[in-house]
Amino acid sequence: MYTTELQKQPSKPVAATEPQELIDAFEARVAADEFIEPKDWMPAAYRRTLVRQISQHAHSEIVGMLPEGNWIGRAPSLRRKAVLLAKVQDEGGHGLYLYAAAETLGTSREEMIEALHTGKAKYSTIFNYPTLTWADIGAIGWLVDGAAIMNQVPLQRTSYGPYARAMVRVCKEESFHQRQGYEIMMCMANGTPEQKEMAQDALDRWWWPSLMMFGPPDDESPNTAQSMRWRIKRDTNDELRQHFVDVTVPQAEFLGLKVPDPKLRFNEATGHYQFGEIDWAEFWNVVKGEGPVAKERMHDRVKAWDEGAWVRDAAAAHAAKQHSTRQAAE
Amino acid sequence: MSNEWPLWEVFIRTKGGLSHRHAGSVRAPDAELALRHARDTYTRRLEGVSLWVVPSAQIVASDPHQAGPLFEPAESKIYRHPTFYHVPDNVKHI
Amino acid sequence: MTTASSSAASRPDPALFDYLLRLGDDSLILAQRLSEWCGHAPMIEVDLSMSNVALDLVGQAMLFLDYAGQVEGKGRDGDKLAFHRDALRFRNCLLVEQPNGDFGQTMARQYLFSTWQRLLFQGLVKSTDAQIAGIAAKALKEIEYHADWSAEWVVRLGDGTPESRERMINGFAWMWRFVDELFQVDEIDAAVAKAGIGPARDSLRSDFDAALKSTFEAATLPLTPLPAAVLGGRKGHHSEHLGHILAEMQHLPRSYPGAVW
Repeated sequence: MYTTELQKQPSKPVAATEPQELIDAFEARVAADEFIEPKDWMPAAYRRTLVRQISQHAHSEIVGMLPEGNWIGRAPSLRRKAVLLAKVQDEGGHGLYLYAAAETLGTSREEMIEALHTGKAKYSTIFNYPTLTWADIGAIGWLVDGAAIMNQVPLQRTSYGPYARAMVRVCKEESFHQRQGYEIMMCMANGTPEQKEMAQDALDRWWWPSLMMFGPPDDESPNTAQSMRWRIKRDTNDELRQHFVDVTVPQAEFLGLKVPDPKLRFNEATGHYQFGEIDWAEFWNVVKGEGPVAKERMHDRVKAWDEGAWVRDAAAAHAAKQHSTRQAAE
Repeated sequence: MSNEWPLWEVFIRTKGGLSHRHAGSVRAPDAELALRHARDTYTRRLEGVSLWVVPSAQIVASDPHQAGPLFEPAESKIYRHPTFYHVPDNVKHI
Repeated sequence: MTTASSSAASRPDPALFDYLLRLGDDSLILAQRLSEWCGHAPMIEVDLSMSNVALDLVGQAMLFLDYAGQVEGKGRDGDKLAFHRDALRFRNCLLVEQPNGDFGQTMARQYLFSTWQRLLFQGLVKSTDAQIAGIAAKALKEIEYHADWSAEWVVRLGDGTPESRERMINGFAWMWRFVDELFQVDEIDAAVAKAGIGPARDSLRSDFDAALKSTFEAATLPLTPLPAAVLGGRKGHHSEHLGHILAEMQHLPRSYPGAVW
């Protein structure tokens, strides 16, 4: 799962107090595709942007467990149940890798989770849409993971070492996620009339939100240029979105499903699909936390965290007791 | 008081004969659970045959600003490498 | 393994079929319960641990229920048995269908079940039925991990804070009445034990009690006499919870019979 830059305002310019020779040396290293490691000097704005991007990515993985988790109990076969459980568990793992990568920048996981729960931090808009039928599990794997992979593969070469290494692991593990989703869609698109209806309905509901996953159009992404220079973003939102449409439309055709966009056509001259206008008002509303199930998602996360507090406290208390017993024995 | 569990660095031996290699980190209240969390997080796909966990706070790291004095003096000691020495091709087993 | 299954198919054995349902249903229903935690655990690391246990249990359920279908010889596979059977035909123990409650209650259930399941499977690896012995050998490694992991949590929560201690005691208080059922011997168990297919359940009790004693000591928790036993799961007389579990779990395949997913 992936989230894109959701900051509408340009980020603050590099603080004037930072020594120019350090900034120059940093920019030169990044331009030469070197990796920046946690203890290396980096501009405060780079650190801030990375913490925001990586933690947002981590939050998306964790919140992303919920829409699919909604169907583990109702998976229609034992095999599907095991696959879905393994997939949702992977997402938890990916969230964990990413929190750990962000923690190397000096912000603790607890602080990041606090920012999520108070609404200060964002997560991918896609998870604020509900999963209504089993076909949604197929559509999420196929479209949402498909979009995520497209975003994440280039990040394996991102300039910040811990982030890049986390992404290598994530990409390796996610390779089955999209395939299992497409397999579910194939099963349903070739199944009973009710199954076909569910499959088409799922594509109808998930198509546009999936395109929104790539983030606002390039002319409304004020930080893209700087992020690309810093190698924490490797392609623009619109480039990735176009690529996604180009590879996904033939996959929908193979399923015999119709992409819900009357303006969609293949342009022979460019070799790309042209597609209709995305409803950006809806996108910004969902970013603001007004997605159909945004309340449910945050409610679930906050509840899990709050109700887990006594468990975390108890384990910490036990460890402290063991520690003092051992010290007394020495 | 925050009871945030400490961070542990996880090292995995992927197969016998290889050394342990850094895989990532986990949070855990103590060493036993750190091992379990490392296992459940980093070896879900047969990635390892052995695990180490080390409290992250216990890792002592070199200072990148000292990279010059630390590492560059080794650059000039080319006589430490076997290719520095010329032995005629017809001399074997050396 | 193939000889065992082919001979089983040619000679339907109702006791063996029922016994396999007991094994498979225990794992299936507990997996269903545990997976309710997915995405909601106290810490991501713990979420991953719980999902791993649930995945192991789903795997065990698949193997036992598929084999049960072969033994029955009526063309039912694991999915058919899991998704198209009514509560009265389920053979799991009452313990596994109990609600998750808080994390302490879930760990109490897990610890009691895995500690017992470990002893049972230590016997099953020596089963005269080669297929059961094979499944048990694979599963035993998983179960040992579950038992040790849940024991570690019982110790941490029992000894942790006054709140966690109280929650752990309450969690066990919910579960105690279902412990005796694990060791109950009926005609099926007697037949299975006689054929050397599985250990006599009552023979597992003393090791179980010893394990409990040592964990509770480490957890500084009091061990009190068990309340009156509630029985019935092995005969299909379940708690009110199982109907709801099945309503959720079986909803899709039951609503669209004949559909392939």
